[in-house]
Amino acid sequence: MSDKSHDPNQMTGAAMIVRALIDHGVTDIFGYPGGAVLPIYDEIFQQSEVQHILVRHEQGAGHAAEGYARSTGKPGVALVTSGPGATNMVTPLTDALMDSIPLVCISGQVPTHLIGNDAFQECDTVGITRPCTKHNWLVRDVNDLAKVLHEAFYVATSGRPGPVLVDVPKDVQFATGTYHPPRKSDVHRSYAPRVKGDATQIRKAVALLAGAKRPVIYSGGGVINSGPEATKLLRELVEVTGFPITSTLMGLGAYPASGKNWLGMLGMHGTYEANMTMHDCDVMLCVGARFDDRITGRVDAFSPGSKKIHIDIDPSSINKNIRVDVPIIGDCGNILGDILQVFKAEAKKPDVKAWWQQIAQWRARNSLYYKKSNDVILPQHAIQSLFEATRGKDTYITTEVGQHQMWAAQFFGFEEPHRWMTSGGLGTMGYGLPAAVGVQVAHPDSLVIDIAGDASVQMTMQEMSTAVQYELPIKIFILNNQYMGMVRQWQQLLHGNRLSHSYSEALPDFVKLAEAYGGVGIQVHKPADLDGAIQEMISVKRPVLFDCRVAALENCFPMIPSGKAHNEMLLPEQANDEATAKAFAGGKALV
Amino acid sequence: MNQPASAYFIEDRHDPNETHTLSALVQNEPGVLARVIGLFSGRGYNIESLTVSETESQKHLSRITIVTTGTPMVIEQIKHQLDRMIPVYRVVDMTLTKRSIERELAMVKVRGQGEHRVEALRLADAFRARVIDATTESFVFEITGNTDKINQFIDLMRPIGLVEVSRTGVAAIGRGPEGM
Ligand SMILES: Cc1ncc(C[n+]2csc(CCOP(=O)(O)OP(=O)(O)O)c2C)c(N)n1
Ligand SMILES: [Mg+2]
Repeated sequence: MSDKSHDPNQMTGAAMIVRALIDHGVTDIFGYPGGAVLPIYDEIFQQSEVQHILVRHEQGAGHAAEGYARSTGKPGVALVTSGPGATNMVTPLTDALMDSIPLVCISGQVPTHLIGNDAFQECDTVGITRPCTKHNWLVRDVNDLAKVLHEAFYVATSGRPGPVLVDVPKDVQFATGTYHPPRKSDVHRSYAPRVKGDATQIRKAVALLAGAKRPVIYSGGGVINSGPEATKLLRELVEVTGFPITSTLMGLGAYPASGKNWLGMLGMHGTYEANMTMHDCDVMLCVGARFDDRITGRVDAFSPGSKKIHIDIDPSSINKNIRVDVPIIGDCGNILGDILQVFKAEAKKPDVKAWWQQIAQWRARNSLYYKKSNDVILPQHAIQSLFEATRGKDTYITTEVGQHQMWAAQFFGFEEPHRWMTSGGLGTMGYGLPAAVGVQVAHPDSLVIDIAGDASVQMTMQEMSTAVQYELPIKIFILNNQYMGMVRQWQQLLHGNRLSHSYSEALPDFVKLAEAYGGVGIQVHKPADLDGAIQEMISVKRPVLFDCRVAALENCFPMIPSGKAHNEMLLPEQANDEATAKAFAGGKALV
Repeated sequence: MNQPASAYFIEDRHDPNETHTLSALVQNEPGVLARVIGLFSGRGYNIESLTVSETESQKHLSRITIVTTGTPMVIEQIKHQLDRMIPVYRVVDMTLTKRSIERELAMVKVRGQGEHRVEALRLADAFRARVIDATTESFVFEITGNTDKINQFIDLMRPIGLVEVSRTGVAAIGRGPEGM
């Protein structure tokens, strides 16, 4: 007769959850309690291996977990209650799905026998989150819980990473069952992401690269997700081939911004040289990016003369928007390694001198030009000053969504991966502040800055309270233009300058707001005061709201107008009213 | 095409639509059908027909057959999108293999008297449909075949007195000794 009470693997569902977190090396989770997760909170209370960060809104928990994940390469974990707790997670889950961020969300659910009864705080969590997770589970039997939790971590972190959700009814949390540590058989046999690239395809790719006269490497977030090895290999490939390289918003930092082959970001607000290089190239190597519509511009005029190689771990990314010539499915680190090996053995460095001369001409157009002023701070100048002030420091940047985000991408140079956290695919205003909380939890001694907009930052401002509680000295650097600048820019360009509801009326006094939260408020108006104020912000070891008053009507250029191709960019010096009106001329229908 | 004022590039796509039959082998677990259907509704794909049933109960395997229409690029997407779902083992585009057999079963109720009854039975015979219910004024026929054959039979029954039809949707299997 076995005595189950002495079996260390006999435990409640709630205890299994904490145990599984520990077994997966989780040291920090972000969450918010409620009726349907109280047993789990009770377990959290009685241990010290997993630190729980109490946020102020479940959306904050989700974005904090995302920031944590993106800055560490480890999965982020969020814990929320049923009903409103779960529905508040929908935005971060969707955000993480779009940006391929490994996230494990555990949600409480009403007891099994009440499911379907419209019980208090019941919602169909797995139904609601099915389209915004990579996979999700409702656990009805405590003896399935360990397996599901282990599978959840595996699915979130393997293949193309993404968010998962495990919904655990309260009775399952109370029930006692058998726990087991992670093992291989915990995973669906049907789930086996392909890692290794096809050798014939790799040879075809090398042949194209070796014969290229006007090559370009276009890299994306997949390189960063793949891990440090992929970044190293990407840099080596650039070195070995001498090819120019550009990157998506998601991929910034994989190749250093100070590197000599760097063209800057591509796409709608990318540099002229990056977009022209893409448009005129003869061979394009796309690594871990997905030809998103902000990147391609007009699809039928996208890089018309090139042979395209596409490396992606997700077969559904291949030929989704753009037909490619040589698809290679697998992990980009792995495939870059193979390409390099074959290239070094069989190819010699192609002569791309003429191509670089052409690129130099495009570069000379100076597409990120803006006119500085002594009276008013230009937002671009503010980012450049911030960048200069943080050079050489151990810095992590998050952003909100809008013009400030694009300026940050254009003017802040990233030298390393995992240093840049921005909501790319979903474009979630309110992402940056809680993401900074998550980053700071993971890197307590680093400088963590959210480059924010005055409108976005108010969407999740409450997390200042979290930052103060846990002594997380995050810096919220608000480019305050008193507008939803990006919305206003589109209204100016496309809607006859009718600025419908894009003015931020009744903005709070951010300095007082910071103080109300127990943080530090700094405001600056004059260009001459900017550097000193930034130094002050950096030296304060507490959460700071930095209200940087910038030119209200500045717009973000260069820009590919909608429906135009890469070679039809609107450059800053051309962006007068007439040229803009012409560039955007078209029907008036709205889509 | 004149580009409307939009943050998106609005494009006319002129590729012709094709109809394809996809077979998916999936883990039979709660929610798997919802995932598949949600994929189609969420991404705006068409479902012409969808059948699902457990085919290997010991291994908890189900087979889903989907008939869908779209441009070749969309059909390739659908296949990949299905394939990347965690409980999906394999997806085969039966139409591309050009070696598949497709069958559907329909029950067709016809009402009429005199000459119409005789005509209905004659047609049923020609289509190898069986009578599975009869009254003095009606028949229910059971017919199997590919979608075209069933459509044709139903069209012929219409003037005779078609009352209603119940169809299973398409099931498909490859020819030859290999499984999917
Ligand atoms: C949650 C959410 N709602 C709406 C939008 C649409 N949107 C994109 S940018 C923007 C304005 C952002 O204003 P602000 O934060 O002040 O940044 P700015 O563009 O002025 O730098 C809006 C409303 C969005 N991206 N996210
Ligand atoms: Mg603003």
